[in-house]
Amino acid sequence: MSASGAVISAEHLTIRFGDFTAVDDVSFSINKGELFGFLGPNGSGKTTIIKALCGLIKPTSGTGSILGMDIREHGADIKQHVGYMSQRFGLYEDLTVEENLDFYAGVYGITGARATARKRELLDLTGIAPYLTRRAGALSGGWKQRLALACAIVHEPQVVFLDEPTAGIDPVARRSLWDLFFHLSAQGVTFFVTTHYMDEAERCGRVGYIYNSHLIAVGTIAELQKLPRANPEGTVRVKLEADGHSDPSAMLDALRALPGVREATIFGRSIHALIETAAIEAMRAKLPGVIIETIQPSLEDVFVTLTYQIANAASGAAK
Amino acid sequence: MNGLFFGVGPICRKEFTHLVRDPGTLVFALVLPLIQMLLFGFAVDTNVRQIPTIVYDQSRTQPSRALLDSFAASDVFRMSMTATSEPQMDEALRAAKARVGIEIPYDYAWRVQNGSGATVLVLVDGSDSNVAGQAVNAANGVALTQSIAALLRGKPIPLEVRPMVLYNPATRAANFFVPGLIAVLLQVMVILLIALSLVRERERGTLEQLRMTPVAPLGLMVGKMLPYGALAFAELCVILTVMRVVFQVPIHGSVLELLLMSIPFLLTVLGIGLVISTRAKTQAEAFQLAMGTVLPSVFLSGYIFLIDTMPLFFQGVSRIIPATYYIQIVRGVILRGAGFAELWPNLLILTLMGIASIAFAARLFVRQGME
Repeated sequence: MSASGAVISAEHLTIRFGDFTAVDDVSFSINKGELFGFLGPNGSGKTTIIKALCGLIKPTSGTGSILGMDIREHGADIKQHVGYMSQRFGLYEDLTVEENLDFYAGVYGITGARATARKRELLDLTGIAPYLTRRAGALSGGWKQRLALACAIVHEPQVVFLDEPTAGIDPVARRSLWDLFFHLSAQGVTFFVTTHYMDEAERCGRVGYIYNSHLIAVGTIAELQKLPRANPEGTVRVKLEADGHSDPSAMLDALRALPGVREATIFGRSIHALIETAAIEAMRAKLPGVIIETIQPSLEDVFVTLTYQIANAASGAAK
Repeated sequence: MNGLFFGVGPICRKEFTHLVRDPGTLVFALVLPLIQMLLFGFAVDTNVRQIPTIVYDQSRTQPSRALLDSFAASDVFRMSMTATSEPQMDEALRAAKARVGIEIPYDYAWRVQNGSGATVLVLVDGSDSNVAGQAVNAANGVALTQSIAALLRGKPIPLEVRPMVLYNPATRAANFFVPGLIAVLLQVMVILLIALSLVRERERGTLEQLRMTPVAPLGLMVGKMLPYGALAFAELCVILTVMRVVFQVPIHGSVLELLLMSIPFLLTVLGIGLVISTRAKTQAEAFQLAMGTVLPSVFLSGYIFLIDTMPLFFQGVSRIIPATYYIQIVRGVILRGAGFAELWPNLLILTLMGIASIAFAARLFVRQGME
């Protein structure tokens, strides 16, 4: 393990496929036992980073390490210490739960008494024992995910990569799967989780946001909320609440017509907006009966603001 | 660092479980080739026998009946209908109720007896060139024998050719086609099964998962080759049994030598299947690519058409088709009783092809493992 204690690290990681740059100069480091959330739209480079960290793709430049092992040189060794679970599960649907577990144990070279003991542990952990003889294809989405997780950690990896692990399952199953992640993380397993869901990201200790192959922000939720770029000088983030029966989308249209409004979006019955401080008094006068209060930006607010800034900078550069 | 073939055991075991679980694959692997073999084996018969024949005998005499008897005795013609007028005979031919029409004129007996030259009209349906050719030959043969017999009036025939067909005395088509069919069926089955099994894993995302495990690329490759190779071997034994029992094709050579000489061919087609699996993104694509290898193996391998009579270019193509060599081995052992001593050049070429195709597949697998 490196001196800094980082379990996963990326240093100026850049990956190109021909002319396309999938990952552009990305650096971060994750400590032991952390639950690190990785957010970004589809095609922003999340999966490519995971593949590079697992040694499946050679970076074009820059490097990274897992448990102190360089990803360029120790790809094969890294696989022994890393678990991977994708939204596609990687299960054999015509094999039973037990056969899937046995297969993955075998693939990691775990046999005999050790395999039996480990299987027992995994059954206790995931609670899947009642379905041992059921074919994986006949399980519900939530149970499939639990089995996939059990298969991914059969070799007791210290690092687990989860690539959109909860895509398309119901909220209850989602929550209980996250409970499992927390349980393992408390035992010292380091998690790297990519997700689309803001609420999942908010459960993570630290979050990274990747957009267009660039890592735009990394930090704890509190750090990100206080990020200067997310709270530009001379602006204030407010929540606007109408007096009960007015329609939020009508209010949104009215708000967007006013000067000094940088962003505005509907949150349930209310609106979150980023407004120039100078314009706030005029706004109060124009929108009578609307309660306006300053708030902390949500994680989504932060990412939206950062994304707009980048998009504007890009279109400015294009001009 | 794990071995070069790490993961062979678990993959192999899993693959056998898939085979047992999925009756579709087993049916495809074992039953479908048998059905194909029965269809091809019985349907593909280039020997023409029992052609339905309509007779319009205006003479109705002892000599005309003797002539018709000798037509019937040739086994080529089957006297299935009699006509009472010319239009009736024409109608039967047009409707394909009969392929051949024989019209004997009313003065036939008289002309034969006084030697003034009798004419018998034989109408042959030319819409199937093979049938037409054989019918014409047989009719000529019948006429010639009858004429000579009439001229000699009981004396022995001065010259007679006694052709003797070696190795396939009855010139049964099954004896010729079924051994060739073995090569084609084995090739289709092996290439399809192994390619589909890998492409299926790619489609379902399990291949991606396997890449994240310590399974070595060659471990995956060999883990797939062993079960499907074993299945192909079982299939070969079943086909040979059916050929022997159902088609009554005698095996003149050693079955053991045939099985041993099949190994290089199986390796070659396994390699082709593996190469296809690295190229195809979907099962449909894999299916098309696999079928693409079938046509040349059917038409240019000597299975149906004789290689020696092909245009020079296609003769060259046939030399790079593995089935060409394997069909020669199979026919050699089964029909002629040949063995290693006679067939080693074919065996050598197939072995080289096998090594080349496996090595090429291995290269692609290792490269794909690193992406």
